[in-house]
Amino acid sequence: MLNILIIIAVLLGIIALSKVVQILDLSSTIRGIQPYETTDSNNKTQSRLMLVFLVAYFSFVIYQMLVWGPHLLPIAASEHGAAVDSLFNVTWWIIIPVFFITHILLFYFSFKYVYNKNRRAEFYAHNNKLEMFWTAVPATVLLILILYGLSVWNSTMTPLTSDESDVEIEIYARQFDWTARYPGNDGKFGNVNVRNISGTNFLGLDSADTDAWDDKYVKAEFLIPVNKAVQFYFRSQDVIHSAYMPHFRAQMNCVPGMVTRFNFVPTHTTEEMREITGNPDFHYQLLCNKICGAAHYNMGMDIIVVSQEEYDAWLKEQKEFIPIEGRASLKKDINNQLSSL
Amino acid sequence: MATTANRESKDFLFKYIFSTDHKMIAKQFLMTGIFMGIIGMLMSVAFRVQLGFPNQSFPIMETFLGSWAPGGILAPDKYLALVTMHGTIMVFFLLTAGLSCTFSNLLIPLQIGARDMASGTINMISSWIFMLASCIMLYSIFVEGGPASAGWTVYPPLSALPQAIPGSGFGMTLWLISMALFIIQSVLGGLNYIVTVLNLRTKGMSMTRLPLSVWALLITAILGLLSFPVLVSAVLLLFMDRSFGTSFYLSDIFISGQVLEVSGGSPILFEHLFWFLGHPEVYIVLLPALGIASEVITTNARKPIFGYRAMIGSLIAIAFISLLVWGHHMFVTGMNPFLGAVFTFTTLLVAIPSAVKVFNYLTTLWKGNIKFTPAMLFGIGLVSTFISGGLTGLVLGNSTLDINVHDTYFVVGHFHIVMGLTGVFGMMAGVYHWFPKMYGRMMHKGLGYAHFWMTIVAAYGVFFPMHFLGLAGVPRRYYTNTEFPMFDNLMDINVVITAFTFLGAFAQFVFLFNIFYSMFKGPKAPQNPWDSNTLEWTTPVEHIHGNWPGELPVVYRWPYDYSKPGAEHDFIPQTVPLAEGEKDQGHL
Repeated sequence: MLNILIIIAVLLGIIALSKVVQILDLSSTIRGIQPYETTDSNNKTQSRLMLVFLVAYFSFVIYQMLVWGPHLLPIAASEHGAAVDSLFNVTWWIIIPVFFITHILLFYFSFKYVYNKNRRAEFYAHNNKLEMFWTAVPATVLLILILYGLSVWNSTMTPLTSDESDVEIEIYARQFDWTARYPGNDGKFGNVNVRNISGTNFLGLDSADTDAWDDKYVKAEFLIPVNKAVQFYFRSQDVIHSAYMPHFRAQMNCVPGMVTRFNFVPTHTTEEMREITGNPDFHYQLLCNKICGAAHYNMGMDIIVVSQEEYDAWLKEQKEFIPIEGRASLKKDINNQLSSL
Repeated sequence: MATTANRESKDFLFKYIFSTDHKMIAKQFLMTGIFMGIIGMLMSVAFRVQLGFPNQSFPIMETFLGSWAPGGILAPDKYLALVTMHGTIMVFFLLTAGLSCTFSNLLIPLQIGARDMASGTINMISSWIFMLASCIMLYSIFVEGGPASAGWTVYPPLSALPQAIPGSGFGMTLWLISMALFIIQSVLGGLNYIVTVLNLRTKGMSMTRLPLSVWALLITAILGLLSFPVLVSAVLLLFMDRSFGTSFYLSDIFISGQVLEVSGGSPILFEHLFWFLGHPEVYIVLLPALGIASEVITTNARKPIFGYRAMIGSLIAIAFISLLVWGHHMFVTGMNPFLGAVFTFTTLLVAIPSAVKVFNYLTTLWKGNIKFTPAMLFGIGLVSTFISGGLTGLVLGNSTLDINVHDTYFVVGHFHIVMGLTGVFGMMAGVYHWFPKMYGRMMHKGLGYAHFWMTIVAAYGVFFPMHFLGLAGVPRRYYTNTEFPMFDNLMDINVVITAFTFLGAFAQFVFLFNIFYSMFKGPKAPQNPWDSNTLEWTTPVEHIHGNWPGELPVVYRWPYDYSKPGAEHDFIPQTVPLAEGEKDQGHL
């Protein structure tokens, strides 16, 4: 019943609107003006609205900067992140003035040069010097941005050699959670294969590979030591995910069938960041940032940055893939298999 | 010729459905595009309700969405379905077909002085294939499992495996079929546009006397012809991966408790193929809008477009560079960082011709004599959105900065303003400007003004705040931002955006009313309502097959002789011969 009433109301509204429009048209025709002609008063109103809009738009932009600006990400928590932020600031210093100046010109010209039948527009079709000028200036500015950007890009994206990295971590993504794997005491990641995946061994570690025995993996949260170079490797079990660590200005996709890499040096512990942000519950966050299925919005993991000592102590506590007591029998099995070949 | 045309037009079926007349086909594209656009827009309203008021029950959602919103709350996988369909419909069906096919069909023959497209039949077939593609895409919403839900970019493996998301079942198959048809339509149409512009220009209509709208549409058609076929290959390979067990894009996958028998493929291959079209696609949307804006702004500013040749040059430069920048969508896919550096370089180059265009528009307005028709308002609005959205491209195009804003709401804000709004504003400007040419009647001015102001306020209200969400690290395509405490104090941004969404949607219904009201009740259009120079305004108001009765018009000058010193009126149509000693600006 209510639905029918709503439909009737909408229909009546449309009819009423068409009647109003008809009457308006009629009244302007009576005054001897075609209803579609842009009258002087139209031009005047619209040109003034241009200025009003300019002021309103700028006020809205400034309001947002003041009110929401403080809720943006805190200072970068990584070495390269600080460089990224400087580049960001330089870019803002270019974008924001250009935004304001071009908008002022656009809406001011629209206001100023409103139609006047006693005036003619200036017949001004081109000016090569002027055009060269505003081709050359953006080109120069862009060249600076490109060169600056690429210098940061190259230093950020160059993978660390095993000598350069202090910690290696593999981030493993699947629908819809994250796992962090550490190589264990031997410093070597064990082999993995998608065919080894079973209920408990969801990373697909190869139990016949002795390098895999001391690998450690954790869910829900993982730790990294502050001021140490961390080399990340990323893998995925099913679809593309993206490991996004916004506080560290770090992101890399996790692609099934390949291993991707990213590295950074965290510069602030979680505790320090809690003080900086004034938020006692602050956590560094790993988020999934590539559409991966229905629960994509809920796929996260906490990152905790601690001192080297705390990190070592924590890592020691974590369980190994094959505990010591299980290794002897596993070794026997492998030897038996080898001898039977 | 004229007599057979008259006989044809008497028959309803041949006039409205099996028409080979480019003007009728343009109207078919426009109406289908608007219909699809309204559906895409309503979808965005539905998911904005969820984002603005997460986990709150609205019974009206269940009324409209049924089992997609049990208990009045949108389901997470259906949220993704809505986002995906919104993107697909808006990018391809509204902004590619609805915008560029409508105005290519309408304007190319009329503005170059041709009787019709080079091949009317191919044109009709192309419009029919588009109809079919639209129907299949809409039908896919109702199949089991729902429509494609892997985002409009349909990256495999998510789009390849029904186990990964329900929408990757039959809905995705239909998506692929619909897209393949859409591409065929595009290629057929594009070939026709190119041939028409190159071969059927009337006497005197040299390339340097073409209106910028035709230049833009020509370059768009060439760009589409070069890039769309690559998407066909991407789509076909994905189809084979899904239906015939190949693994072009799949490798080492364990899902739903079992290992898939796939190896050696790479999803990155799909991304390369997809974005080889996907990025030029942005300019396939943008260039027609810029071309329309050039016409509308110069006509209503009563002033020649500033830097005609620079405008053509920048169109060509943008189109050329756009073929070399697809990798900027893939900076963080694990692509070799050196490639990332190359794509950063080419991407930021696009800013140079874009800046030239903006400065030329500004100079065109400077010392003009501006008539504020509704079309002109949208033209000015378009310059504003092109600036506002284009500038943030300097952030996203720079690989270093992209690391942290990639796939966040910053991207959503950026491309909705620079591509979505610019495209839509160009389309609106075109509809208001050429409505008299399409329907022989005038649109209502007051409603047009109301439509513009509501639209631009809503548009910035919706898309500007998204930049702040992105800078705070909120990923796009999240069903809700409530799951992570780090986003808790950003909740009110989403409420603001959703509120403006309602205003924006309402405004489009005003536009819709205006179109249908004016189509039947609007005042009859005069011959040349905007005192314009271009050839389309020399055709009779009532449509005839063949466009001009009798001889085709002859062109003597470029299209931008507005307010020429010494002339009687402030415009000189292209068909007026040069006075003695007068120079034609187009041939300078």
